[in-house]
Amino acid sequence: MRLMGGSLECRNLTKWFVKDAPALDDVSFSVGTNGIFALLGRNGAGKTTLIRILATELQPSSGSASINGMDVMKDAGKIREQIAVMPQEARLVPWLTPRQTIYSYLLYRGFGRKEAASKVADALAKLGLGKYENTPNRHLSGGVKRRVLMTTILATDAKILFVDEPTTGLDPLIRADLWATLNELKKTHFIFLTTHYLEEAERLADMIGILENGSLLSLGTLNQLRSVVKYQVSVRILQGGASFETKAGEVIRSADGSTQIFTTEEEADRLTEHLVRERKRFSIYPISLEDIFYYLVRKPIEEDTQRSLVRREEAHED
Amino acid sequence: MKINRLSQVYASILIDAVYQMKNYPITLVSNVIAPFSVLVLILLVSHGNLLSISIEGALITSMISGGVNLQIDLSHMKNDFKMQDMLVSSPTSAFAYMLGMAMAALTNALPALTVLTVLAILFIHASPVGALTVLGVFALIFAFAVALGFMLSTFSTDIQQNRAFVSILTVILATIAPIYYPITYIPAQIRDLAYLSPATYAAEIAQNAIGDLPLSAPNLAVDWAVLVAVSCVLFVVVAKKSHWRDP
Repeated sequence: MRLMGGSLECRNLTKWFVKDAPALDDVSFSVGTNGIFALLGRNGAGKTTLIRILATELQPSSGSASINGMDVMKDAGKIREQIAVMPQEARLVPWLTPRQTIYSYLLYRGFGRKEAASKVADALAKLGLGKYENTPNRHLSGGVKRRVLMTTILATDAKILFVDEPTTGLDPLIRADLWATLNELKKTHFIFLTTHYLEEAERLADMIGILENGSLLSLGTLNQLRSVVKYQVSVRILQGGASFETKAGEVIRSADGSTQIFTTEEEADRLTEHLVRERKRFSIYPISLEDIFYYLVRKPIEEDTQRSLVRREEAHED
Repeated sequence: MKINRLSQVYASILIDAVYQMKNYPITLVSNVIAPFSVLVLILLVSHGNLLSISIEGALITSMISGGVNLQIDLSHMKNDFKMQDMLVSSPTSAFAYMLGMAMAALTNALPALTVLTVLAILFIHASPVGALTVLGVFALIFAFAVALGFMLSTFSTDIQQNRAFVSILTVILATIAPIYYPITYIPAQIRDLAYLSPATYAAEIAQNAIGDLPLSAPNLAVDWAVLVAVSCVLFVVVAKKSHWRDP
């Protein structure tokens, strides 16, 4: 069953934990509740705060939010029947097995014992965890633990899933497995995903939001976000690019000596010829979500917070 | 979907007691032997004279430990496993979760309570009224300990704080309170100190009920009143301070 027609809306959502630094600052947006919505942001950008408010775990300081017309404050009971959440730092209880973990969670959600047992069996089989069902959680690998957590929320009837940084710390193969699962799930569920892996959002998301310092910088499909950046191509010169100038584009230099140039296709051609002649090491590719992200949050590529970063923009008209 | 509240209560009993003792049998052993350490000590020192009082004391200790340990379990589930976040955002009700965790604490105490009850039947010869009174006191001291556990869990953010709470509570509830011996064993000069602990009132009522401590009716009434009042105050604080959705 596909969810139809609903929306998730935030209106001037603000959350203060400490004075002078809002965790969320007047966030307003609306997205349809189908497919995958990926919320991107660096550590501390406010992703988890937003997800916790929407999942009815945390009260906002001001503003409001609703899911499919249900207010997160007034209709929390109704929302809770329709959502399931995998928190960022969730850990499996070590003395339980995957079967016991999922079974207990289903009981907590109010299923009867027979129904819960039957759902556990289905979910374990569906996500290929049958062979681990009676292995104590403490003996499972990190990847299997994340899959068990994912299976735990999938075993429910919830059609709206909040998944907070599900692949953090996982190796690339396990991450790809989880991506495949999420891609399959989005056919029947709305998934609100937070991540700081730009590739993850690029591969999975139908809509992407970018959060920085508690504010929503941008929202749209990947193509819509591309249009936010005026240029279509990114040229990255690994070293010695400091003396380069572009006739059309924007240059970001970082303290490690690399230079990133966002530019037009014509200018990229000219730069390429020049760089080849100069025997410089460089890469050239269509602008990616990563580029858009750095462009929007105004941080140089190869960010290193320990070093002082130098940023200079040069845009010249031909 | 119809929400089965009993299932929600049962889930906590499974996770925090049944599965724990089944998958970690060492916790079952620990649960059984924990109340016996002081009991054995008192029996040896008193040459067996304080048998009935110390069995009663061990029963009270089991009840108190259940509540005190509850704050560790609640904090563990919330802060370490983030399980409470998963439950808050689900149809689980706060009341079902709290009741379930309280029942789990009782279930954890059950192995020791069973052994101690057998000992009590064998060695304490209480009248039916006395036995009922003792049961009433146990229920009340358990309610008090559970309320205390819930209250402390709302303040605690990590395991180090939990440990500190346990140490302080052990002193207040089990060291300065005369639960394994009559209060008359405490020197008169410092006896008033014992009355700072709610466990003292529970112990006095229970010891009086089995005929080991004579108490006047007004004293008995004061003991009941204090115990009920302290439990009520704690429940009010819990109701006001605890929150299912974070503020």
